[in-house]
Amino acid sequence: MIRLKRAAGIARPAPIHPLLVRIAHWINAIAMVVMVMSGWAIHNAHPIAPFLFPESVTLGGGLIGALQWHFAAMWVLGINGLIYLVYGFASGRFARKLRPISLRSAFDDTLAALRGRLGHEDLSRYNGVQRLLYAGVIALGVLVVASGMAIWKPVQFPLLRILFGDFDNARIVHFTAMTGIFLFTLIHVAMALLVPKSLRAMIRGY
Amino acid sequence: MREKDTGYILRDAAGRLDLPTRRAFLRSAAGLGTLSMLSGCDVIDGFSAERVLGGMSDFNDRVQAWLFNPRQLAPEYPASAITRPFPFNSFYTPNSPDLAPVIDPVGFVLNVTGKAERKADWTLPQLYALPRFTQITRHICIEGWSAIGKWTGVRFSDFLARIGADTRAKYVTFRCDDNYVTSIDMPTALHPQTQLCFWFDDQILPRAYGFPMKLRIPTKLGFKNPKHIGEIEIGDDYTGGYWETYGYNWFSGL
Repeated sequence: MIRLKRAAGIARPAPIHPLLVRIAHWINAIAMVVMVMSGWAIHNAHPIAPFLFPESVTLGGGLIGALQWHFAAMWVLGINGLIYLVYGFASGRFARKLRPISLRSAFDDTLAALRGRLGHEDLSRYNGVQRLLYAGVIALGVLVVASGMAIWKPVQFPLLRILFGDFDNARIVHFTAMTGIFLFTLIHVAMALLVPKSLRAMIRGY
Repeated sequence: MREKDTGYILRDAAGRLDLPTRRAFLRSAAGLGTLSMLSGCDVIDGFSAERVLGGMSDFNDRVQAWLFNPRQLAPEYPASAITRPFPFNSFYTPNSPDLAPVIDPVGFVLNVTGKAERKADWTLPQLYALPRFTQITRHICIEGWSAIGKWTGVRFSDFLARIGADTRAKYVTFRCDDNYVTSIDMPTALHPQTQLCFWFDDQILPRAYGFPMKLRIPTKLGFKNPKHIGEIEIGDDYTGGYWETYGYNWFSGL
């Protein structure tokens, strides 16, 4: 069928998500899972939250292994994230797809969604909730990396250390940003499963 | 906890060996430690994951050596910021100051070995007579906690100059009287805040915090700050260290 269509000069639909965005999305998904699960194990060595993460959802088997995973996957997360950010800004994709951001439209679209009246006909256009959450999680991604760098190198990166209010506070910011990303992911995965064609679009492009 | 138990047994065994044998023993134990740490993970094959992660840790050593700025100082704090009581932490289990070594100040000598011109032993009165400075800096533990303390002692670069150390050598290794071992890179050894300290919070360094001397490095994680130092070796051969053998990153710079 596809071959026939091509022969007839009918192009495949233009991808909703360019190949670079799709690759970056899935690399990020894997790197994030590794970072979060190993991060939970690192947290458990000296918790700042009033609880420990169950060992079954941590990676590395303990502090030593978890640190090795964390400091290996950070390169994948950081470099992939940087490529995604540069592309998003330089290509105009962020400006085109994430604006305007308004709490009002996010609220209205949430209500519409709860009433079952939010359409998903055109996947290339994000609704108000998507624009807010996607822009928000990108900001949290920048925050989690920046606070992580302040924890990793508080002496060599003095500006980051001061920005986050010294080592102990940087840990709290890092943990809070992770929590935000984790909550986003819960909603994001649930929505992708509720609207399977959006998941398909992030895999094959359209 | 299992890792710590294994560590205790390994340390115990390693402690009875002479130094070269002990170094080889600790080096070969590296695989064992990282393997047992990964056994908690069922999804990924232990051997290949271990190799990749070990390779990444070596890569991170090089990145950190490159990032290290010899003129970048760790922040200093006012006396009001000092953490009291300062936490006790040991590599041995249980984590108790009662297990810290008891060292006789009269009979004590510090050995200098390796690439140094003057390898005479140092007694405590000789060490106490060295020029001193005081720093109030943050000790950051690899576990995630931190505490601010006040340390007084000789600038380590001054000490290296006095023993005629070859500062072109790659490593400085510290062997301690509680059988702890660690090693650092020469640029960090020469950093102005790296200090061989004999006083803590205006008192003789207490037994729990490393009597008679501790190396204070505010540009590295806490486990790179050895206590109860008995021997300082200058050399070009990688000697690793106790925790490094189990997979903690060697450079561990801040």
